[in-house]
This record gives sequence, structure tokens and C-alpha cells, in this order.
Amino acid sequence: MTVLLTALALLLVAGVAASALRARSDVAQRIGQAGAVLGSLVGMGAAISVLCGTKPAALVLSWPMPGGGLHIEIDALSAYFLLPIFGLSALTGLYGRRYLLGHEDATRAAASWFHLNLLTAAMALVVVARDGLLFLLTWELMALAPFFLVIFNDRLADVRQAAWVYLAAAHLGTAFLLVMFILLAQLAGTSDFTDFAGVLRVHPALSSTVFVLALIGFGSKAGIVPAHVWLPEAHPAAPSHASALMSGAMIKVGVYGLVRMLTLLGAPQAWWGWALLVAGAASGVLGVLYALAQHDLKRLLAYHSVENIGIIFMGIGVGVLGLAYDVPALAALGFAAGLLHVVNHAIFKGLLFLGAGAVQHAAHTVELEELGGLLKRMPWTGACFLIGSAAIVGLPPLNGFISEFLLLYAGYAGLLLPTAAAAAAGLTLLVAMGLIGGLAAACFAKAFGIVFLGAPRSGEAEHAHEAPWPMLAAMAGLALLCIVIGLAGPVIVPALAAIVAEADGLPVAQTSAALAPMSAAFAIMTIIFLGMVALAVGLWVWRGWRLARAGVRRAPVWGCGFQHPTARMQYTASSFAQPLVSQFRLLIANREVIAAPSGYFPTEASYASDSGDPFLRLLFVPTFRWFGRLAARLNVIQHGHIHVYVLYVVATLIALLAWASL
Amino acid sequence: MHPQNLVAPVLGLLLAPLLVGVINRTKALVAGRRGPPLVQPYRDAWKLFRRGAVYGEVTTALVRLGPVLNLATLIMAMLVVPFPGTGAAISFTGDLVVLVGLFALGRFSTVLAALDTGSSFEGMGASREVYFAALAEPALLIALATLTRVTHATDLAAIYGAIVIDTWSHALPALALVGVSFLVLELVENSRIPVDDPTTHLELTMIHEVMVLDHTGPDLGLIQYGAALKLWVIGTLLIGLAPLHGVDPWVAGVAGLSGMAVLAVVIGMIESAMARYRMTTVPQFIVGAATLSAVAFIVLLV
Repeated sequence: MTVLLTALALLLVAGVAASALRARSDVAQRIGQAGAVLGSLVGMGAAISVLCGTKPAALVLSWPMPGGGLHIEIDALSAYFLLPIFGLSALTGLYGRRYLLGHEDATRAAASWFHLNLLTAAMALVVVARDGLLFLLTWELMALAPFFLVIFNDRLADVRQAAWVYLAAAHLGTAFLLVMFILLAQLAGTSDFTDFAGVLRVHPALSSTVFVLALIGFGSKAGIVPAHVWLPEAHPAAPSHASALMSGAMIKVGVYGLVRMLTLLGAPQAWWGWALLVAGAASGVLGVLYALAQHDLKRLLAYHSVENIGIIFMGIGVGVLGLAYDVPALAALGFAAGLLHVVNHAIFKGLLFLGAGAVQHAAHTVELEELGGLLKRMPWTGACFLIGSAAIVGLPPLNGFISEFLLLYAGYAGLLLPTAAAAAAGLTLLVAMGLIGGLAAACFAKAFGIVFLGAPRSGEAEHAHEAPWPMLAAMAGLALLCIVIGLAGPVIVPALAAIVAEADGLPVAQTSAALAPMSAAFAIMTIIFLGMVALAVGLWVWRGWRLARAGVRRAPVWGCGFQHPTARMQYTASSFAQPLVSQFRLLIANREVIAAPSGYFPTEASYASDSGDPFLRLLFVPTFRWFGRLAARLNVIQHGHIHVYVLYVVATLIALLAWASL
Repeated sequence: MHPQNLVAPVLGLLLAPLLVGVINRTKALVAGRRGPPLVQPYRDAWKLFRRGAVYGEVTTALVRLGPVLNLATLIMAMLVVPFPGTGAAISFTGDLVVLVGLFALGRFSTVLAALDTGSSFEGMGASREVYFAALAEPALLIALATLTRVTHATDLAAIYGAIVIDTWSHALPALALVGVSFLVLELVENSRIPVDDPTTHLELTMIHEVMVLDHTGPDLGLIQYGAALKLWVIGTLLIGLAPLHGVDPWVAGVAGLSGMAVLAVVIGMIESAMARYRMTTVPQFIVGAATLSAVAFIVLLV
């Protein structure tokens, strides 16, 4: 526990110091970075020691705050979620200073370390908080800190808009959590988590209400459809290392909250599992479809976060269904898949956002249609981005495949259950995962292919340069993790049993037994994948040897006889995705403006497409406009005179006192 | 893994190009020509392996890596798919998911190799390839799901090992529908008519062929050999549905090989009898295959 508190102190002190010294931006940035990296490494130490079997530590202090106590505790589940938080924070810290170095406003760049470190500390505190009030306070801190990161480039109107969308979404979600905790605290008499479990045993009817509130509240933080609208706004606006931390770690805290509440809710009902499964499937499929239609790299990645959160929710949903149908093996598989995907997504999405940042740094844009040919100009960034792309698509032998294997296998195992409902759940999962897998492959073939392959489509891309070493080191570390986890399945799955047991509430031995066949399967898979790599290397050497004798030359590619091809004639991101986007046009609101060439000697033609979020456009904007009009009626009591407002306060106080004395 | 289990993969590696030969010969005979000899694909591969290579001006190492990695995934896929009489070389819990993963990796590397050339044609082919693959992947997963439900097994060797005459008698509609799905997948995944025309000469109408337009020499040889292997692997999934288990391994093995030959003739007949679908009709064809398997699954539930 002292180790964790040291880590938090390091993060916060360095953040405050960076903010105070922001006028001397170079010193401030170094202090902020040192605090982020050191604090996170110390925090990693605390998490790892708990995962390695140190007894879970708890700290309970009395607190002068009414209605709450200061109770923090690290158990295996908390420690597991601390891994992506501190791990990504250390690497984004390493990456961030060089990334911010060229920024026009050095003072602001220096001050951003305060918000970045505050975000890390707040996420860590949420994960260890065991008291409703403390949880809500740290949750609010975690919701506010990113606002200042999102609004970093506040001269752009889009960025300001994105920050407001983020702030509104974050607080709408919190409102549901507030109701949930008040409901629980009222019945329990205290706001301590340990007392909540007892209350729900006494009032089982309340469980479903609490579940719905938790699903909406935590789901909106995690980015589940339709509460995902803030992700594609906020992630592209923030600096890339902040996007990596938000997408890799912060949205996972929403998943943590849901899993933690499920452990308190007692025996789950089948429809909870179905709700999670359907919400996950919808988020997964819609997330990847919207991603396909994007041509801004960071927006595309943000939508893939929606997709991956969907995969995580499907895993948890299968786990809950396994508990509800009393099939422990299925429960263990589902939770294992969901929880492993939490860490895997943190790794490859962190890597991809850092890669997008390196592209931004080098070519000054992340607009796909302006890029191209970057693999030759920035080979290391390109290689890392390729590994991240293959991992997120779920290709063997990388880490994404391991968690998706567990989930798909859970789907097939579910098919064997006698009840038709369980089999239908398995089929739903398989159809959704099949669609997601194919569409994600299409999307990342587009993202990597258009950005890094072919010829550069603009001067900026032509003169791009490789990222400096601290940025490369952060990306390479994450890429290495993708490979290591991908091959270490037989070691990782047994290690996961203790954490999964914490989440599914079953005995560790039972969970281990359920996961044992998976470890055996992963052992064989690792051999197959190593064999595949060896075979590929062998073929590579053989063809090199053949070609060394037969000769190689370079020539222009076949252009149907056209004599003067230019880079702009290549397939673009929009044209690559067009068939799929038009196939799913009912779901994707892609608006196109086409000025077709006309006449015998056409001079001008243009095509523009804008894939705004249909949920934002058709659901949230009209709703908020309506609320805005409603709220405008309150303008009659708004005068701008302070003494009138003081009068309102006094009147409210008297009214409340009168109400209390009734 | 027993040595005799390696017989089927080795036979597959040796005989797969022959399938292409049989298809081409069938098409020629139906059209009233003599056609190339059955071993022509081997000759082509041998010729290509000895040639030099030409690479596009903007290409990187990925264009060279694509064919190599694709072939490696297909050879590995060959090891997990069971063949009548000999079973699978490697079998483990959930190997069907690995099969899907290997296909996806092979396709991803081929698509990136195509995009690496920076050519508009290759981009077009890659775009169509990922489009149809995105629809074919759920179709494959559902077909395997139906087989899982029929046989109550979750690894390929156990699934195919459980299909006996009795299975057919009590799950005839489901197995027949899955068989049709596999046939459609064989045509889709291997770019055969009516999805794609492997012999067309107009780039605008191609899918797979236009993706590999700028591959030359040994790389093209590896791609063509890989295509033959893929034809074999998915063909095995279809032929394996025959209730050949429990029969003498020699008889089953010979029947399996004859089945593959018949499949090649059937594909040749389909290619002779049908025209290529319009590009907008292909998705309906693939989704139709997925729906057939889903219907089979639902029939099993009630």
C-alpha cells in the first residue's frame, strides 16, 4: 500500500511542479515526464507484487467527510487493472515530452503534464477505492482531467466542440452512478463496498435496478453504443499520447467498474448476460463499421476502441450467462476472454495511437488521403504500427488472437449446451465476432496500407522523417508486448485464473480447471505459430537465394498503358472502403458530395464524404437541443445581479429547512 | 502426432496443383478443346521459380513477404484439417478457430502486399478481396458452428470423426445445407466463377488476379501454389462431410482422394456452365451461404 501511495505522490508532486514551473517549459516538461515514468514504474511494482501473491493490502482511515470513509484496497482485480493504467502511463510519459517539444505553446505543453499525471493518479485511485463516495470523487477527477487534455489545442473550434461533448457525456454517465451509489448507500447505511454486497443479498429485487444503472453509467465511460459518441470526438482532439492513455486505460476503468459491481451484485440473472452480449455485439459491429468510413486516422482508431470495448463486453456477457446457466467452464472462459482483452487492447491501441502521433509529428496530418509511402520514410514506426494493426485485427501469432480465441472458443463451447437459449447466445457471439473480424481486417488493411504503403500523396508525407528515439522506444516496447503475449498463451492463461476467479466469484480451483484445456491448446498453438514463422523464414531465404541467381529489377507498375501516372491516381482510403460502406449504408450515415466530370473535355471533378456519427446527429443533438430550449425558459430568473442570486440561495435554504422539519 | 497422420498433409502438398489441372482440363473438355495437360500447374510453378523478379518502384519488403507468409499459413492450415482415413496431423481444443485465424493472416498479408505496389489496380483488387472476405468469415464460422452442434465436438478431428452414416440419417438437412455452404465458400475463397473469373483478361472485372498483377517470378509461383493449397484445404472441409469414418483407412483415404477429384470436376462444370456474377450480386451469394448454415443451425435447435 505504501508503494502505491508513493507512486501517487510522485505523479502528483511532479504534475504540480510541472504546472508551477510552466514558464520554464523545458525544466517543467522534464519534471513532469520524470514523475510520470517513475511514479508509474513504482505503481507497476505495487500491482505486480499483489499479482505475485502478496497478501491484498487495505487502508481504512476515518474521514471528516459526511457519508463516506476512506477505504482503499488492492486485490487481484484492482492490481490487474492497475497494469494497463501504470504501464501505458509510463510509456506515454516516455513518449510525450518529445512529442510535445515542437508545440507552438510551450507553456501549455508543460502544464499538460499536470493533467496527464492527475489522470493517471485518478484512474489508479478509482480502481482501488472501496467506498462509494471516494469512488465518485475520484471518478469525477478522472472525468475532469482529460477535459483539459482534450481542449489542448483550444484555438480550433472543432476541438472546443469535442471537449464539450466529452464533458457532457462524462457527466451524464456519472449521473447514473450517483443514483446507483445513493440507492445502495441509503439501504446499507454506509457507503462501503463490503456493506453493499450484504444489502443486495437482503434486497435481491434491487440487483437488477443496480445492474441497469451500472451498465449505463460504466458503459458510457467505456464507450458502449449509443453512449460512444464522445470517443470519436475526444480522442482525435487530444495530443496523441493522451489519446493513447485515454483509449488504452481510461475507458477500461469503465469496464473495471462494471466487473466490480457484478462481484457485489450476487447471483446474476440470465438477461443481464444477454444485455451485455447484445450491447457488446452492437458496439463491436457498429464501431468497426463507423471506423471503416473514417478518413482521419485518429477518429478511425477511436471507433475501433468502441469495437474492442464491444468485444470485452461480449466476453463479460458470456461469463455472466455462464454463471446464470450454471456452467462454470463457460463463465471462466467468458471472463478470461474479456479481462485478457482489456490488457491486450490497452497494448495495441496504445501502440496505434502513439503510431498515429508519430505520423502527425512527421507529416503534420493524420488525414489518410494526404499520406502514403511512410514505411520507407519511417520504417520503425511503420513496423510497430503494422504489428499493432495485425494485433488489433486478431491475427495469429499476436496478443489480439489469444483473447479472441478464448472468446470464439467460448462461443463454440456455448453451442454444446442443451438449452436453445444458450446455443443461440453462442451463435450470436460467433456471427458478431465473424463480422467484426473480417471488417476489422478490412479497416486496418486500409489504415496501414494507405498511410504506410504506396507513394506519398502530399509533400508533407514525401518529406516525413522517422520519430525520435523516446517515441520509438515507447512504440517498440508495446509492439514487443504484442508478440510476447501472443506466444506466451500457455503461461498467461493459468496466471489469469486467480484474477478471473475474483471476477466470476467461483473458487480459484474451479476456474483453473476450466481454463486448463485452454493452456494445453495454447501450448500447441505456440508450436504451430513458431513452425509457421520458421517456414516463412525458410521460404524467404529460399526465394532470396533463387532471386540472387536469377536477378531482380525495378520497374513502374502496370497502369493499363497510361504514360504519366501520379501518386494521386492510387486507390484512396475512401475508394478502398467504398464497397463495404455502401453495402452497410443503412447503418453508416456517410454523406457524399460528388461533382461528376461532364462534357467532352471535363475540367473539374470532386468528391467529398463526411461520415458523421448517426447517433450524435439523430439522437443526441436533437435531444440536447430540446433540453436547451427547455432550459432557456429558466432565463426569466437569470438577471446577473449577485444580490438576487444570494436571495435565491437563502430562499432555497429556508425551503429545505422547512422541508426537513416537517 | 503420429507419422501416418502426416500422410494426408504431404499428399495435399503434392497433389493440390493437380486440382487446378483437373479444373482447367474439365473446362477445356466441356468447351470442346483438348486443354493443357493435367500437370501444367506444376510446369508453370517450376518455370516461375526459375525466373527473376520485377518489383514496382515504390515497393517495400512487404510485397516480398506477402506470398511467403500466405503460403506458410496455408501449409499450417493443411496440418489441422482432417482428411478421410488419416485424420488431422495436429488436433487440439479449438483448432477450428486457429484455422480461421490462419486464413485471416494469409489474406491480410496478401492484401498488404497488393497495396504495397501503390497501383490503382491492386488497390481495387485488395478492396474487393477484403469486402468479400468480411462476409465470408461469418459464413465459415456459422458453418463450423452447425457442425459443432451436430457432432457435439469442438475440434476439427473430433467433429469430422463423429460424422458417420447415422449422423447423416438424423441430421440430413443440416449436413446438406452445410455442404452447400462449404461449396460456396470454396468458390468464394478461391476466386472461382461465379464470384471471380481466374482467366479473365480485363483488370476491371478481377478480384484476386488483379491483386497479384504485379507479382512476378518466384513470388507469383508461391502465390499460385498457395492458391492451389487453399483450394485443397477448403475442399477437404467439404469432402470430409462424407461418412467415411470407421471405414478401413485405405478405403477412406482413396475415397477421399477420389472425392477431391470429383470436387475439381464439379468446380470445372460450374465454371463452364455459369457466367461471373455482377460485382453487386456476389455479396448476396456469400450472405446466402451464411444464411443456409444459420438455417441449418436453427433447424437443429427445434
